[in-house]
This record gives sequence, C-alpha cells and structure tokens, in this order.
Amino acid sequence: MDVAKRSRIKSPWLFHLNTGSCAGCDIEVVAALTPRYDVERLGCVLVGSPRHADVLLVTGPVTRQMLPRVIRVYEQIPEPKTVVAIGSCATSGSPFIGSQMIEGPPDKIIPVDVYVGGCPPRPEAIVKGIVTAAKSKFG
Amino acid sequence: MANRFDKTKEVKVDYTRFVVPFGPVHPALKEPISLKVTIRKEEILNVDIRLGHVHRGIEALAENRNLVQTLYLVERICGICSHSHTTCFIQALEEIGEIIPSERALYLRTLIFELERMHSHLFLLGIMAYEVGFDTLFMFAWHVRETVLDLFEEITGNRIHHSMNAIGGVRWDLPPNLAEKVNDSLKKIEKSVKYIQEVFQDKTVEKRLCGVGVLSFNEAHELCVVGPTARGSGVNMDIRRDRPYAAYDELKENFSVVLRDSADAYARTEVRTFELLESINLIRTILDKLPNGPISKEESILKLMKKIPEGETVSTVEAPRGELLYFVKTNGKEGLWRLKVRTPTIPNVLGLKPMLIGSEIADIPVTVASIDPCMACANRITVVDQDKGEKKVVNCENLRRRGKKQ
Repeated sequence: MDVAKRSRIKSPWLFHLNTGSCAGCDIEVVAALTPRYDVERLGCVLVGSPRHADVLLVTGPVTRQMLPRVIRVYEQIPEPKTVVAIGSCATSGSPFIGSQMIEGPPDKIIPVDVYVGGCPPRPEAIVKGIVTAAKSKFG
Repeated sequence: MANRFDKTKEVKVDYTRFVVPFGPVHPALKEPISLKVTIRKEEILNVDIRLGHVHRGIEALAENRNLVQTLYLVERICGICSHSHTTCFIQALEEIGEIIPSERALYLRTLIFELERMHSHLFLLGIMAYEVGFDTLFMFAWHVRETVLDLFEEITGNRIHHSMNAIGGVRWDLPPNLAEKVNDSLKKIEKSVKYIQEVFQDKTVEKRLCGVGVLSFNEAHELCVVGPTARGSGVNMDIRRDRPYAAYDELKENFSVVLRDSADAYARTEVRTFELLESINLIRTILDKLPNGPISKEESILKLMKKIPEGETVSTVEAPRGELLYFVKTNGKEGLWRLKVRTPTIPNVLGLKPMLIGSEIADIPVTVASIDPCMACANRITVVDQDKGEKKVVNCENLRRRGKKQ
C-alpha cells in the first residue's frame, strides 16, 4: 500500500459545508469533534479550506443561494474525494420538501457516497458515517 | 441638490481602498453569512451584510400545512433554540383557541427553556474561546454542554430538537427520580461554569475582548438590538420580566437581569456567563416549586387542533439570543393564513455594522461571534444593507469573472 493511500485512511480530513440546515446537524458535527465523541482520535481534522479536505460533510437541503457554492466547494476538493450527507434534510430534503427555495437534496447536485439519517443524527452515527465513507472510498 | 445620475461628475477612484469578501463559506463561520468589508490598510471603513443563504421559505411552507405539521416545521427553523420557537408558536395557538395549559405543563416548559438557554450560552462561550484562540476552553465548554444535552435526552428523548410542546401542554413528564438527577447534574455544571467564568476574567482574554466591537447604548437603542447583545450595551430589557410568559410570572423574584455598561465583546460574553448562573438558580427553583397535576389535556391534539377558530395574535418569548416574536393568523380550518417570525438575530446582525466600522480585520470573527448570530434563524427573509455611495463592491462572482477576463 502506498503512503498516500494509507495516510488517507489513517487521517481523513473533513470539510464541513452548511447548505441551509437549521444548525442542528452542524452542532452535532462539531460535537463529534469535541471531547465526548472525539473523532480526532481517528485522525480526522476539520480543515478550513476544501482544497485540503478528503471528506465533504454536507448538511442541509441546499437552498437556491447555496447551490453554486456547493458545486464550487465540491470541485475544489482534490481527487479522490468522498461525500457524506448528514441529517434528514441532506438525505431526503424533509421537512422542507415542496419549498420553492430548495434545490436539493444534495444528491441531485453532487454524488453522495454515505447517507446518515436522523434529525439530527447522533455524533456516534456521524463518526460511523465518516468511517464507512473513508473505508469504502479510500480502502 | 446635486443630481445623483450626473455623468459629468468626476469619480475619484481611491486605490488604497479594498473590498474583502468574507463568507459565505469561511472557516471562522459555522453558518453561511456574507460580509463585504471595505478596508484601508487594516482599518475597516464600511461593512455590507448579506443574508439569505439559508433561506428555506418556511413561512410560505407553513401556509400549506396544518397546525401540528407547522409545529414541527417551526421547530426546524433553528437547531439551537428549537424549544423557543415551538413555545412561541404554541402560545399563540393557545391564545387564539383559549386553551389554558396546566400549571405543571407551564413549569416544565420553563424548565426546558432554561436548560436550552444554558446549552446555548455554553455553546457560545465555547465558540468565543475558539475565536480568541483558546482551544482548550472551547473543548471544556463543549464538554460541559454535553451534560446539559444528556439531561435533554433523559427528559425528552432528543438531544437537539426536543419536540416537548403540544397544544395544551407538554409531551413528557418529569418523574421525581429524574428531578434528582437534574439537581445532581446542576451541581457539576455550576462548578464548571464558575471555572469558565474565572478563565474569562483572565488578563489575556480581557485584552483580546475589551474595547472590541463597541455598540454604544444609543446605537443599540436605535437599532432595537435585543437579548444579551442589548443587555451588554446597558439596555435594560428582558421579555421574561417585561412580558412574562409560561411560568415566569411566578418566578419573577427568582432571577435578575444581568446588565453591563462597557458595550464591547467582553461585556456581551460576561452577560452570558452570569446568565448561566441565573439559569441554574431558576431551574433549582422550578424543581422545588414544581406543582402536581396533569401535563396535557385529555383530548387528543387533533381534536384540540380542530377547535382552534379563525383569529390572529402576536406572541413573544425571550429566546437565548433575545426577543423572539411570532405573528400567527389561523384560518379556522386547521391551517394558517399567515405566519410571521421575527428572530433575535435580525436586529442583532444589523448591529454588526456600527460594531465593525473603525476596528481591524482581525477583530471580525470575534465581533461576529460576540453577538451569537444564528443564521438559520435569520434567513427566512433577505436583508440587503448597502451604502449607496459605495459602488465598487466586488463579490466572489465578480472577482472570478474579472479574473477570467484578464
């Protein structure tokens, strides 16, 4: 196994993109990084730029204003990359389905690899989602 | 009066000015907000605030759904103050339908309300520490916050969206053994909060926050800023005291409104740390006073929903970030004609402009965090605050287009 591949499984770097969620999933993503759940022990770090990231965490149902930004952020992440959709909004658009302002769910716009359901999902589920995505894509 | 469209007028281009786009996707921001900051060297000359990135059309959606469906929809306006939104909406419905919830239900609502205030303030103190560059305190505050979330989970079954309110009462009761557990956890939380308070009085934190993002009393008053942001500027307002709702009328003597005069980021942080202790006292009183009785009406929620006639009302609550106002107009057929939500972040975010002008670029994250903006709340409408004299606004899109041309 070459070094780049191994390090990608050992430490997948995350970029978190809020596409119009209610902040519920966002605080659970941050809660997954803080001491109780501590996803950093698996080598995951939340990075500030999509150009440094391997895993894109998408929350929210993609509003009209965020649509070009979602595509732009996805394009900026270097290959190989994987996308985890977090929360019910990001998996199916509920309960905002039927709104004129919603362009999502995200899998209409970018390829999503792992769906984590729940409103919002528990931090354990988010950690599981990240691990599953990293294993299946980079393993 | 000079004609604004006079083409012969010479326009002087000032090359020392730059416009820096900040957001909507930015590492310092957890939620999308876009600021266009005009700078000369390090000094901020002007700020344009653009919201609307999280606009989901909730008010329009509410008009097509029935009252119980809307209850769950308004809960999803914001993940941090979800209980405030449902309480405000349910109060309006109960006022229209003349349904009076039992005493115990009102006390339980207040209990969850105060727990939510604690969770929200701890959340902010953590973010504040993070923006200051004090990651250890950020981790510590969020660790304490988990204790509050555990209590939520024990009482309501959910960590974030509690779904506690129902028409005419609440959905979950508080058995005595759970009340003891809440009391035990409060002891732990109080100890940690006092520790956080001590750390925030440290010289380093003080130097970073004192004198940053000053919003004077007059400006705060003119912009109708609400909540801890207003109280940090010395505006004496608190809906819990001024217009009591739920059980706050009977608990008036058990809490005091925390006021600070220095009007900077430090004052706003201090207001929140002291409010945490007030909340802890309030929860202890609620647990002592908790009356006996049923927690909800005997009739089912669907029957109660059908009873609500046509009518309109305004309801307010003090959410963790300030005054939250709902205008509800029902149609008498289980639905709504109109729902209007005015969240605390809308007035608070307008206060950002006077706070930022004159300060430095490095102060932006601290100042933005100090008003505790909740973009998910604010973005049901679009606010565009543009200075008409400023024509050289360059946003990301324009920059890209310019880059392609050259």
